[in-house]
Amino acid sequence: MNILKKVLIKAVAGVFVLSVGAVQADVKVPLNIKQPKEGQYVHVPPTMEDLEKSSLHPELKRVIRRGYDLFMNTQQLRGKNVFNSMNCRSCHMGEGRQPFAGPVWPAAVVLPDYRGKNDHVNNIEERIAGCFSFSMNGTPPAYGSDDMIALTAYHQWLATGVPIYTDGKSIYGRGFPRLAEPKKKADFQRGKQVFEENCAICHSEDGSGLVQNGKEIFPAVWGDRSYNWGAGISRHFTLASFIKHNMPLGQPNSLSDQQAWDVAYYINTHERPQEPRFEGSAQKTREKYLDTFHKHTSYGLKVNGKVLGDHNNVGEKDFLKPDVLRPRTYTAD
Amino acid sequence: MIIKRLIVLMATALSLAISSASALEGNAEAGKQAAVTCVACHQANGGGMNIAGGESWPALAGLDANYLYKQLQDMKSGQRNSPTMTAFANMLSDQQKKDVAVYYSQLPAVQGNGGEKATKEELAHGEKLALSGDWDRYIVPCKSCHGPDNQGAGANFPGIAGQHAGYIEDQLRAWKSGKRNNDPQNLMLAIAERMNDKDIRAVAAWLSRQPAQ
Repeated sequence: MNILKKVLIKAVAGVFVLSVGAVQADVKVPLNIKQPKEGQYVHVPPTMEDLEKSSLHPELKRVIRRGYDLFMNTQQLRGKNVFNSMNCRSCHMGEGRQPFAGPVWPAAVVLPDYRGKNDHVNNIEERIAGCFSFSMNGTPPAYGSDDMIALTAYHQWLATGVPIYTDGKSIYGRGFPRLAEPKKKADFQRGKQVFEENCAICHSEDGSGLVQNGKEIFPAVWGDRSYNWGAGISRHFTLASFIKHNMPLGQPNSLSDQQAWDVAYYINTHERPQEPRFEGSAQKTREKYLDTFHKHTSYGLKVNGKVLGDHNNVGEKDFLKPDVLRPRTYTAD
Repeated sequence: MIIKRLIVLMATALSLAISSASALEGNAEAGKQAAVTCVACHQANGGGMNIAGGESWPALAGLDANYLYKQLQDMKSGQRNSPTMTAFANMLSDQQKKDVAVYYSQLPAVQGNGGEKATKEELAHGEKLALSGDWDRYIVPCKSCHGPDNQGAGANFPGIAGQHAGYIEDQLRAWKSGKRNNDPQNLMLAIAERMNDKDIRAVAAWLSRQPAQ
Protein backbone atom coordinates (compact mmCIF):
# COMPACT_ATOMS: atom_id res chain seq x y z
CA MET A 1 0.00 0.00 0.00
CA ASN A 2 2.68 2.42 1.03
CA ILE A 3 4.92 1.48 -1.86
CA LEU A 4 2.09 1.91 -4.34
CA LYS A 5 1.33 5.34 -2.92
CA LYS A 6 5.01 6.24 -3.18
CA VAL A 7 5.15 5.23 -6.82
CA LEU A 8 2.04 7.26 -7.50
CA ILE A 9 3.49 10.30 -5.77
CA LYS A 10 6.68 9.98 -7.79
CA ALA A 11 4.66 9.63 -10.98
CA VAL A 12 2.75 12.80 -10.11
CA ALA A 13 6.03 14.57 -9.44
CA GLY A 14 7.27 13.50 -12.84
CA VAL A 15 4.15 14.81 -14.54
CA PHE A 16 4.42 18.13 -12.70
CA VAL A 17 8.06 18.64 -13.56
CA LEU A 18 7.50 17.60 -17.17
CA SER A 19 4.42 19.77 -17.61
CA VAL A 20 6.26 22.80 -16.29
CA GLY A 21 9.01 22.14 -18.80
CA ALA A 22 6.63 21.41 -21.66
CA VAL A 23 4.61 24.61 -21.52
CA GLN A 24 7.61 26.89 -21.21
CA ALA A 25 7.87 27.50 -24.92
CA ASP A 26 4.67 29.51 -25.15
CA VAL A 27 4.60 31.31 -21.81
CA LYS A 28 5.88 34.84 -21.33
CA VAL A 29 7.04 34.40 -17.74
CA PRO A 30 8.66 30.95 -17.64
CA LEU A 31 9.34 29.23 -14.31
CA ASN A 32 12.64 27.61 -15.27
CA ILE A 33 12.49 25.31 -12.27
CA LYS A 34 15.38 22.83 -12.34
CA GLN A 35 14.45 19.22 -13.10
CA PRO A 36 15.50 16.51 -10.64
CA LYS A 37 18.85 14.96 -11.46
CA GLU A 38 19.38 11.22 -11.80
CA GLY A 39 19.42 9.65 -8.34
CA GLN A 40 17.89 12.61 -6.54
CA TYR A 41 15.17 11.87 -4.02
CA VAL A 42 11.91 13.53 -5.11
CA HIS A 43 9.08 13.85 -2.61
CA VAL A 44 5.79 15.62 -3.24
CA PRO A 45 4.44 16.39 0.25
CA PRO A 46 0.77 15.79 0.93
CA THR A 47 -1.57 18.78 1.08
CA MET A 48 -4.04 19.86 3.71
CA GLU A 49 -6.80 18.40 1.51
CA ASP A 50 -5.00 15.07 1.67
CA LEU A 51 -4.98 15.42 5.45
CA GLU A 52 -8.76 15.66 5.57
CA LYS A 53 -9.06 12.51 3.47
CA SER A 54 -6.46 10.59 5.48
CA SER A 55 -7.20 8.01 8.14
CA LEU A 56 -5.16 9.75 10.86
CA HIS A 57 -6.76 10.14 14.28
CA PRO A 58 -9.13 13.15 14.32
CA GLU A 59 -7.21 14.67 17.23
CA LEU A 60 -3.93 14.38 15.32
CA LYS A 61 -5.58 16.02 12.30
CA ARG A 62 -6.64 18.87 14.57
CA VAL A 63 -3.08 19.30 15.86
CA ILE A 64 -1.61 19.22 12.33
CA ARG A 65 -4.15 21.85 11.26
CA ARG A 66 -3.01 23.97 14.20
CA GLY A 67 0.60 23.53 13.10
CA TYR A 68 -0.33 24.56 9.56
CA ASP A 69 -2.16 27.61 10.90
CA LEU A 70 0.89 28.64 12.97
CA PHE A 71 3.14 28.07 9.98
CA MET A 72 1.03 30.22 7.65
CA ASN A 73 0.12 32.89 10.20
CA THR A 74 3.01 33.02 12.64
CA GLN A 75 2.14 36.64 13.32
CA GLN A 76 -0.48 35.33 15.75
CA LEU A 77 2.55 34.79 18.04
CA ARG A 78 3.76 38.40 17.60
CA GLY A 79 4.98 39.82 20.88
CA LYS A 80 5.10 36.36 22.44
CA ASN A 81 7.45 34.35 20.22
CA VAL A 82 7.77 36.49 17.09
CA PHE A 83 9.19 39.99 17.31
CA ASN A 84 9.40 40.97 13.67
CA SER A 85 7.33 40.96 10.48
CA MET A 86 7.99 37.35 9.48
CA ASN A 87 5.84 34.26 9.14
CA CYS A 88 7.29 30.76 8.62
CA ARG A 89 5.90 30.91 5.07
CA SER A 90 7.85 34.13 4.36
CA CYS A 91 10.95 32.03 3.61
CA HIS A 92 9.45 28.54 3.38
CA MET A 93 7.24 29.30 0.41
CA GLY A 94 4.21 27.34 -0.73
CA GLU A 95 3.18 26.12 2.73
CA GLY A 96 6.65 24.66 3.31
CA ARG A 97 6.16 22.22 0.43
CA GLN A 98 7.97 24.02 -2.39
CA PRO A 99 11.31 22.74 -3.67
CA PHE A 100 14.15 25.35 -3.73
CA ALA A 101 12.18 27.35 -1.15
CA GLY A 102 13.38 25.76 2.06
CA PRO A 103 10.84 22.91 2.11
CA VAL A 104 10.47 21.98 5.76
CA TRP A 105 9.71 18.25 5.54
CA PRO A 106 13.39 17.22 5.26
CA ALA A 107 13.87 18.41 8.86
CA ALA A 108 11.49 15.67 9.95
CA VAL A 109 13.66 12.94 8.39
CA VAL A 110 17.28 14.16 8.57
CA LEU A 111 17.16 15.18 12.26
CA PRO A 112 18.39 14.60 14.93
CA ASP A 113 21.73 15.48 13.36
CA TYR A 114 24.90 17.40 14.14
CA ARG A 115 24.67 21.12 13.26
CA GLY A 116 27.75 23.26 12.79
CA LYS A 117 25.93 26.45 13.74
CA ASN A 118 25.61 25.41 17.39
CA ASP A 119 28.12 22.56 17.36
CA HIS A 120 25.88 19.86 18.75
CA VAL A 121 23.16 17.40 17.77
CA ASN A 122 19.78 19.09 17.22
CA ASN A 123 16.35 17.53 17.00
CA ILE A 124 13.50 19.10 15.04
CA GLU A 125 12.27 21.18 17.99
CA GLU A 126 15.69 22.73 18.46
CA ARG A 127 15.92 23.39 14.72
CA ILE A 128 12.57 25.21 14.80
CA ALA A 129 13.75 27.06 17.91
CA GLY A 130 16.62 28.38 15.77
CA CYS A 131 14.15 29.92 13.31
CA PHE A 132 12.28 31.65 16.13
CA SER A 133 15.48 32.92 17.77
CA PHE A 134 17.12 34.30 14.64
CA SER A 135 14.78 34.58 11.65
CA MET A 136 11.80 35.71 13.73
CA ASN A 137 14.07 37.69 16.10
CA GLY A 138 12.18 36.11 18.98
CA THR A 139 12.01 33.18 21.32
CA PRO A 140 10.55 29.76 20.53
CA PRO A 141 7.44 28.17 21.99
CA ALA A 142 8.68 25.95 24.84
CA TYR A 143 9.98 22.50 23.94
CA GLY A 144 7.07 20.09 24.27
CA SER A 145 4.47 22.88 24.35
CA ASP A 146 1.22 22.63 22.38
CA ASP A 147 2.44 25.07 19.72
CA MET A 148 5.82 23.36 19.33
CA ILE A 149 4.21 19.92 18.98
CA ALA A 150 1.69 21.31 16.49
CA LEU A 151 4.52 22.73 14.37
CA THR A 152 6.57 19.52 14.44
CA ALA A 153 3.45 17.48 13.65
CA TYR A 154 2.89 19.61 10.54
CA HIS A 155 6.51 19.02 9.47
CA GLN A 156 6.16 15.29 9.98
CA TRP A 157 2.85 15.17 8.09
CA LEU A 158 4.55 16.81 5.09
CA ALA A 159 7.26 14.13 5.28
CA THR A 160 4.71 11.31 5.10
CA GLY A 161 6.26 8.26 3.46
CA VAL A 162 9.85 9.54 3.34
CA PRO A 163 12.30 7.04 4.85
CA ILE A 164 13.90 8.25 8.06
CA TYR A 165 17.52 9.41 7.59
CA THR A 166 17.13 9.76 3.86
CA ASP A 167 20.45 11.24 2.71
CA GLY A 168 19.86 14.99 2.97
CA LYS A 169 22.30 15.72 0.14
CA SER A 170 20.24 13.60 -2.25
CA ILE A 171 16.96 15.47 -1.66
CA TYR A 172 15.71 17.38 -4.72
CA GLY A 173 15.21 21.10 -4.02
CA ARG A 174 16.22 20.88 -0.35
CA GLY A 175 16.94 24.12 1.49
CA PHE A 176 18.17 26.96 -0.68
CA PRO A 177 20.67 25.25 -3.00
CA ARG A 178 23.82 27.29 -3.26
CA LEU A 179 24.36 29.22 -6.50
CA ALA A 180 27.67 29.18 -8.31
CA GLU A 181 30.00 31.94 -7.11
CA PRO A 182 29.26 35.21 -8.94
CA LYS A 183 31.50 36.20 -11.86
CA LYS A 184 31.87 39.69 -10.46
CA LYS A 185 32.22 40.27 -6.72
CA ALA A 186 28.80 41.16 -5.27
CA ASP A 187 28.33 44.92 -5.34
CA PHE A 188 26.28 47.27 -3.15
CA GLN A 189 25.44 49.79 -5.87
CA ARG A 190 24.45 47.18 -8.46
CA GLY A 191 22.43 45.46 -5.75
CA LYS A 192 20.66 48.69 -4.91
CA GLN A 193 19.58 49.04 -8.51
CA VAL A 194 18.30 45.45 -8.66
CA PHE A 195 16.42 46.04 -5.41
CA GLU A 196 14.78 49.23 -6.55
CA GLU A 197 13.74 47.76 -9.89
CA ASN A 198 12.49 44.40 -8.65
CA CYS A 199 11.88 44.32 -4.91
CA ALA A 200 10.96 47.80 -3.68
CA ILE A 201 7.42 47.58 -5.06
CA CYS A 202 6.60 45.26 -2.15
CA HIS A 203 9.47 45.56 0.33
CA SER A 204 9.70 49.37 -0.11
CA GLU A 205 12.83 51.36 -0.92
CA ASP A 206 13.84 51.53 2.73
CA GLY A 207 13.44 47.77 3.16
CA SER A 208 10.65 48.11 5.71
CA GLY A 209 8.04 46.17 3.74
CA LEU A 210 4.41 47.18 4.20
CA VAL A 211 2.19 47.37 7.26
CA GLN A 212 -1.41 48.32 6.58
CA ASN A 213 -4.17 48.72 9.16
CA GLY A 214 -1.83 47.19 11.71
CA LYS A 215 -1.31 44.04 9.62
CA GLU A 216 1.99 42.87 8.16
CA ILE A 217 1.52 42.66 4.40
CA PHE A 218 5.07 42.44 2.99
CA PRO A 219 7.93 41.51 5.35
CA ALA A 220 10.73 43.92 6.21
CA VAL A 221 14.03 42.80 4.67
CA TRP A 222 16.21 44.95 6.90
CA GLY A 223 15.73 47.18 9.94
CA ASP A 224 14.09 46.55 13.30
CA ARG A 225 11.21 44.48 11.91
CA SER A 226 13.43 42.10 9.95
CA TYR A 227 15.49 38.97 10.74
CA ASN A 228 18.45 39.50 13.04
CA TRP A 229 22.19 39.26 12.42
CA GLY A 230 22.23 35.59 13.40
CA ALA A 231 19.57 34.42 10.91
CA GLY A 232 20.68 31.89 8.30
CA ILE A 233 19.31 34.12 5.58
CA SER A 234 21.58 36.98 6.68
CA ARG A 235 24.32 34.96 4.95
CA HIS A 236 24.73 36.27 1.41
CA PHE A 237 24.73 32.84 -0.23
CA THR A 238 21.49 31.80 1.47
CA LEU A 239 19.64 34.98 0.58
CA ALA A 240 21.04 34.93 -2.98
CA SER A 241 19.63 31.44 -3.47
CA PHE A 242 16.29 32.30 -1.86
CA ILE A 243 15.93 35.29 -4.17
CA LYS A 244 17.09 33.51 -7.29
CA HIS A 245 14.66 30.64 -6.80
CA ASN A 246 11.67 32.51 -5.36
CA MET A 247 11.64 36.25 -6.02
CA PRO A 248 9.96 38.38 -7.26
CA LEU A 249 6.94 36.42 -6.07
CA GLY A 250 5.51 34.35 -8.91
CA GLN A 251 8.64 34.81 -11.04
CA PRO A 252 11.21 32.28 -9.82
CA ASN A 253 14.56 32.18 -11.63
CA SER A 254 13.84 35.43 -13.44
CA LEU A 255 16.90 37.26 -12.08
CA SER A 256 20.40 36.31 -13.20
CA ASP A 257 22.73 34.68 -10.66
CA GLN A 258 24.77 37.90 -10.63
CA GLN A 259 21.67 39.99 -9.86
CA ALA A 260 20.70 37.60 -7.07
CA TRP A 261 24.18 37.84 -5.47
CA ASP A 262 24.25 41.63 -5.83
CA VAL A 263 20.82 42.23 -4.36
CA ALA A 264 21.41 39.73 -1.55
CA TYR A 265 24.62 41.56 -0.66
CA TYR A 266 22.78 44.89 -0.77
CA ILE A 267 19.94 43.72 1.49
CA ASN A 268 22.25 41.94 3.92
CA THR A 269 24.59 44.91 4.16
CA HIS A 270 21.95 46.92 5.99
CA GLU A 271 21.36 47.16 9.73
CA ARG A 272 19.15 44.68 11.51
CA PRO A 273 18.57 43.57 15.13
CA GLN A 274 21.59 42.43 17.09
CA GLU A 275 22.97 38.89 16.78
CA PRO A 276 21.54 37.00 19.82
CA ARG A 277 24.98 35.43 20.38
CA PHE A 278 26.45 38.95 20.80
CA GLU A 279 29.66 39.04 22.85
CA GLY A 280 29.83 42.77 23.50
CA SER A 281 31.22 43.83 20.14
CA ALA A 282 30.22 42.94 16.61
CA GLN A 283 33.83 42.34 15.54
CA LYS A 284 34.42 39.97 18.46
CA THR A 285 31.17 38.09 17.81
CA ARG A 286 31.99 37.89 14.11
CA GLU A 287 35.38 36.43 14.95
CA LYS A 288 33.95 33.83 17.34
CA TYR A 289 31.45 32.49 14.80
CA LEU A 290 33.48 33.31 11.70
CA ASP A 291 34.06 29.87 10.24
CA THR A 292 30.69 28.42 11.07
CA PHE A 293 28.70 31.47 10.07
CA HIS A 294 29.86 35.04 9.78
CA LYS A 295 32.42 34.63 7.01
CA HIS A 296 29.28 34.65 4.86
CA THR A 297 27.70 37.81 6.36
CA SER A 298 28.47 41.53 6.46
CA TYR A 299 28.13 41.56 10.27
CA GLY A 300 30.99 43.27 12.09
CA LEU A 301 32.47 44.58 8.85
CA LYS A 302 33.07 48.22 8.09
CA VAL A 303 30.96 49.06 5.06
CA ASN A 304 30.30 52.57 3.73
CA GLY A 305 32.19 53.98 6.70
CA LYS A 306 30.23 52.18 9.44
CA VAL A 307 30.70 48.88 11.30
CA LEU A 308 27.55 46.83 10.82
CA GLY A 309 26.01 45.37 13.97
CA ASP A 310 27.91 47.78 16.22
CA HIS A 311 24.88 48.68 18.36
CA ASN A 312 22.63 47.54 21.21
CA ASN A 313 19.43 47.48 19.17
CA VAL A 314 17.62 44.16 19.62
CA GLY A 315 14.56 45.24 17.63
CA GLU A 316 11.09 44.92 19.15
CA LYS A 317 11.98 42.39 21.85
CA ASP A 318 13.32 43.26 25.31
CA PHE A 319 15.97 40.55 25.58
CA LEU A 320 19.06 39.65 23.59
CA LYS A 321 19.28 35.88 23.65
CA PRO A 322 16.50 33.36 24.30
CA ASP A 323 17.38 30.99 27.15
CA VAL A 324 16.97 27.95 24.92
CA LEU A 325 20.07 28.86 22.91
CA ARG A 326 22.57 26.90 24.96
CA PRO A 327 25.32 24.37 24.47
CA ARG A 328 24.65 20.68 24.97
CA THR A 329 27.06 17.93 25.93
CA TYR A 330 24.93 14.78 26.03
CA THR A 331 26.88 13.53 29.01
CA ALA A 332 25.54 12.89 32.50
CA ASP A 333 24.61 16.14 34.28
CA MET B 1 6.54 82.21 22.67
CA ILE B 2 8.26 82.76 19.34
CA ILE B 3 10.15 79.55 19.80
CA LYS B 4 6.92 77.73 20.57
CA ARG B 5 5.31 79.08 17.41
CA LEU B 6 8.34 78.12 15.42
CA ILE B 7 8.15 74.57 16.74
CA VAL B 8 4.46 74.37 15.86
CA LEU B 9 5.21 75.69 12.38
CA MET B 10 8.02 73.22 11.91
CA ALA B 11 5.85 70.36 13.10
CA THR B 12 3.08 71.40 10.71
CA ALA B 13 5.50 71.65 7.81
CA LEU B 14 6.91 68.25 8.69
CA SER B 15 3.51 66.56 8.89
CA LEU B 16 2.53 68.13 5.55
CA ALA B 17 5.70 66.86 3.98
CA ILE B 18 5.04 63.38 5.30
CA SER B 19 1.41 63.22 4.18
CA SER B 20 2.09 64.58 0.71
CA ALA B 21 4.76 61.96 0.13
CA SER B 22 2.14 59.22 -0.26
CA ALA B 23 -1.18 60.98 -0.79
CA LEU B 24 -2.27 62.02 -4.24
CA GLU B 25 -2.84 65.75 -4.55
CA GLY B 26 -6.37 65.89 -5.79
CA ASN B 27 -9.57 67.61 -4.78
CA ALA B 28 -12.52 65.30 -4.18
CA GLU B 29 -15.10 68.05 -4.76
CA ALA B 30 -13.55 68.96 -8.12
CA GLY B 31 -13.31 65.26 -8.84
CA LYS B 32 -17.02 64.84 -8.27
CA GLN B 33 -17.69 67.57 -10.86
CA ALA B 34 -15.28 66.04 -13.36
CA ALA B 35 -16.82 62.59 -12.81
CA VAL B 36 -20.19 63.50 -14.33
CA THR B 37 -19.26 61.55 -17.43
CA CYS B 38 -18.26 58.51 -15.35
CA VAL B 39 -21.57 57.88 -13.61
CA ALA B 40 -23.32 56.46 -16.67
CA CYS B 41 -21.27 53.30 -16.28
CA HIS B 42 -19.59 53.49 -12.88
CA GLN B 43 -22.85 54.71 -11.25
CA ALA B 44 -23.39 57.59 -8.89
CA ASN B 45 -22.19 55.55 -5.93
CA GLY B 46 -19.08 54.37 -7.80
CA GLY B 47 -20.30 50.78 -7.60
CA GLY B 48 -20.10 50.03 -11.33
CA MET B 49 -22.10 47.16 -12.73
CA ASN B 50 -21.66 43.50 -13.43
CA ILE B 51 -22.90 42.63 -16.90
CA ALA B 52 -23.21 38.93 -17.55
CA GLY B 53 -21.76 38.08 -20.96
CA GLY B 54 -20.72 41.70 -21.63
CA GLU B 55 -18.10 44.21 -20.57
CA SER B 56 -18.55 44.69 -16.83
CA TRP B 57 -17.90 48.11 -15.32
CA PRO B 58 -15.66 47.93 -12.28
CA ALA B 59 -16.57 49.28 -8.89
CA LEU B 60 -14.21 52.18 -8.19
CA ALA B 61 -15.53 53.31 -4.82
CA GLY B 62 -12.94 52.91 -2.08
CA LEU B 63 -10.05 51.90 -4.35
CA ASP B 64 -6.63 53.47 -3.75
CA ALA B 65 -6.35 56.96 -5.29
CA ASN B 66 -2.84 56.44 -6.67
CA TYR B 67 -3.94 53.18 -8.27
CA LEU B 68 -6.95 54.85 -9.93
CA TYR B 69 -4.83 57.75 -11.15
CA LYS B 70 -2.28 55.39 -12.69
CA GLN B 71 -5.03 53.48 -14.52
CA LEU B 72 -6.36 56.71 -16.02
CA GLN B 73 -2.86 57.66 -17.14
CA ASP B 74 -2.28 54.22 -18.63
CA MET B 75 -5.61 54.25 -20.46
CA LYS B 76 -4.66 57.54 -22.03
CA SER B 77 -1.19 56.36 -23.02
CA GLY B 78 -2.55 53.05 -24.28
CA GLN B 79 -0.47 51.00 -21.89
CA ARG B 80 -3.79 49.76 -20.61
CA ASN B 81 -5.82 49.04 -23.71
CA SER B 82 -9.47 49.89 -23.12
CA PRO B 83 -11.26 51.36 -26.15
CA THR B 84 -14.20 52.35 -23.94
CA MET B 85 -12.10 54.17 -21.40
CA THR B 86 -9.44 55.78 -23.60
CA ALA B 87 -11.91 58.36 -24.88
CA PHE B 88 -12.96 59.34 -21.37
CA ALA B 89 -9.42 59.35 -20.04
CA ASN B 90 -8.48 61.71 -22.88
CA MET B 91 -11.22 64.13 -21.82
CA LEU B 92 -9.64 64.62 -18.38
CA SER B 93 -6.68 66.90 -17.69
CA ASP B 94 -3.92 65.53 -15.49
CA GLN B 95 -5.27 67.44 -12.50
CA GLN B 96 -8.79 66.19 -13.21
CA LYS B 97 -7.48 62.62 -13.29
CA LYS B 98 -6.06 63.19 -9.82
CA ASP B 99 -9.28 64.80 -8.61
CA VAL B 100 -11.44 61.99 -9.94
CA ALA B 101 -9.13 59.39 -8.43
CA VAL B 102 -9.29 61.07 -5.03
CA TYR B 103 -13.08 61.42 -5.30
CA TYR B 104 -13.67 57.71 -5.97
CA SER B 105 -11.12 56.61 -3.39
CA GLN B 106 -13.13 58.42 -0.72
CA LEU B 107 -16.52 56.88 -1.58
CA PRO B 108 -17.59 53.97 0.61
CA ALA B 109 -17.00 50.63 -1.10
CA VAL B 110 -19.94 49.01 -2.86
CA GLN B 111 -20.39 45.24 -2.94
CA GLY B 112 -19.96 43.70 -6.38
CA ASN B 113 -22.04 41.06 -8.15
CA GLY B 114 -21.64 38.18 -10.55
CA GLY B 115 -20.84 35.30 -8.22
CA GLU B 116 -24.43 34.47 -7.37
CA LYS B 117 -24.76 31.41 -9.59
CA ALA B 118 -21.41 29.85 -8.72
CA THR B 119 -21.61 26.29 -7.41
CA LYS B 120 -20.26 25.21 -4.04
CA GLU B 121 -17.37 23.46 -5.79
CA GLU B 122 -16.50 26.56 -7.82
CA LEU B 123 -16.52 28.72 -4.72
CA ALA B 124 -14.31 26.26 -2.84
CA HIS B 125 -11.86 26.26 -5.76
CA GLY B 126 -11.92 30.06 -5.95
CA GLU B 127 -11.34 30.39 -2.23
CA LYS B 128 -8.38 28.03 -2.41
CA LEU B 129 -6.77 30.00 -5.24
CA ALA B 130 -7.36 33.35 -3.52
CA LEU B 131 -6.16 32.35 -0.06
CA SER B 132 -3.75 29.42 -0.55
CA GLY B 133 -2.97 29.44 -4.27
CA ASP B 134 -1.97 26.33 -6.20
CA TRP B 135 1.78 26.10 -5.81
CA ASP B 136 2.07 22.91 -7.83
CA ARG B 137 1.15 25.13 -10.80
CA TYR B 138 2.95 28.12 -9.26
CA ILE B 139 -0.25 30.11 -8.94
CA VAL B 140 0.54 32.14 -5.82
CA PRO B 141 -2.45 33.17 -3.67
CA CYS B 142 -4.11 36.51 -4.55
CA LYS B 143 -3.83 37.56 -0.93
CA SER B 144 -0.05 37.42 -0.91
CA CYS B 145 -0.05 40.75 -2.79
CA HIS B 146 -3.62 42.07 -2.59
CA GLY B 147 -3.58 41.92 1.22
CA PRO B 148 -4.82 39.44 3.83
CA ASP B 149 -8.48 40.09 2.96
CA ASN B 150 -7.78 40.88 -0.69
CA GLN B 151 -8.88 44.43 0.08
CA GLY B 152 -5.75 45.96 -1.41
CA ALA B 153 -2.19 46.75 -0.37
CA GLY B 154 -0.67 50.15 -1.00
CA ALA B 155 -0.90 51.91 -4.34
CA ASN B 156 0.14 49.02 -6.55
CA PHE B 157 -2.12 46.19 -5.44
CA PRO B 158 -5.79 47.20 -5.66
CA GLY B 159 -8.57 45.73 -3.58
CA ILE B 160 -10.21 42.88 -5.48
CA ALA B 161 -12.53 41.54 -2.77
CA GLY B 162 -16.10 42.53 -3.54
CA GLN B 163 -15.24 43.56 -7.12
CA HIS B 164 -17.63 42.43 -9.87
CA ALA B 165 -16.89 38.89 -11.02
CA GLY B 166 -17.28 39.85 -14.67
CA TYR B 167 -14.65 42.56 -14.37
CA ILE B 168 -12.14 40.32 -12.56
CA GLU B 169 -12.62 37.64 -15.23
CA ASP B 170 -12.13 40.18 -18.02
CA GLN B 171 -8.92 41.50 -16.48
CA LEU B 172 -7.40 38.06 -15.88
CA ARG B 173 -8.12 37.20 -19.52
CA ALA B 174 -6.77 40.56 -20.67
CA TRP B 175 -3.45 39.95 -18.89
CA LYS B 176 -3.32 36.44 -20.25
CA SER B 177 -3.83 37.62 -23.82
CA GLY B 178 -1.57 40.66 -23.45
CA LYS B 179 -4.44 43.08 -24.03
CA ARG B 180 -3.71 44.59 -20.63
CA ASN B 181 -0.05 44.93 -19.75
CA ASN B 182 0.22 47.78 -17.30
CA ASP B 183 0.84 45.58 -14.29
CA PRO B 184 4.16 46.45 -12.66
CA GLN B 185 6.93 43.94 -13.44
CA ASN B 186 4.48 41.57 -15.20
CA LEU B 187 3.32 40.45 -11.78
CA MET B 188 -0.22 39.71 -12.98
CA LEU B 189 0.75 38.35 -16.37
CA ALA B 190 2.86 35.67 -14.67
CA ILE B 191 -0.07 34.45 -12.60
CA ALA B 192 -2.86 34.95 -15.14
CA GLU B 193 -1.11 32.93 -17.83
CA ARG B 194 -0.94 29.93 -15.48
CA MET B 195 -4.69 30.05 -14.86
CA ASN B 196 -7.24 28.15 -16.94
CA ASP B 197 -10.86 29.15 -17.60
CA LYS B 198 -12.10 27.17 -14.64
CA ASP B 199 -9.63 28.92 -12.31
CA ILE B 200 -10.55 32.35 -13.63
CA ARG B 201 -14.30 31.83 -13.27
CA ALA B 202 -13.94 30.34 -9.79
CA VAL B 203 -11.62 32.95 -8.33
CA ALA B 204 -13.65 35.83 -9.81
CA ALA B 205 -16.90 34.42 -8.41
CA TRP B 206 -15.44 33.84 -4.95
CA LEU B 207 -13.76 37.24 -4.75
CA SER B 208 -16.93 39.07 -5.84
CA ARG B 209 -18.71 37.62 -2.81
CA GLN B 210 -16.12 38.77 -0.27
CA PRO B 211 -16.54 42.02 1.67
CA ALA B 212 -15.06 44.94 -0.25
CA GLN B 213 -14.11 46.77 2.93
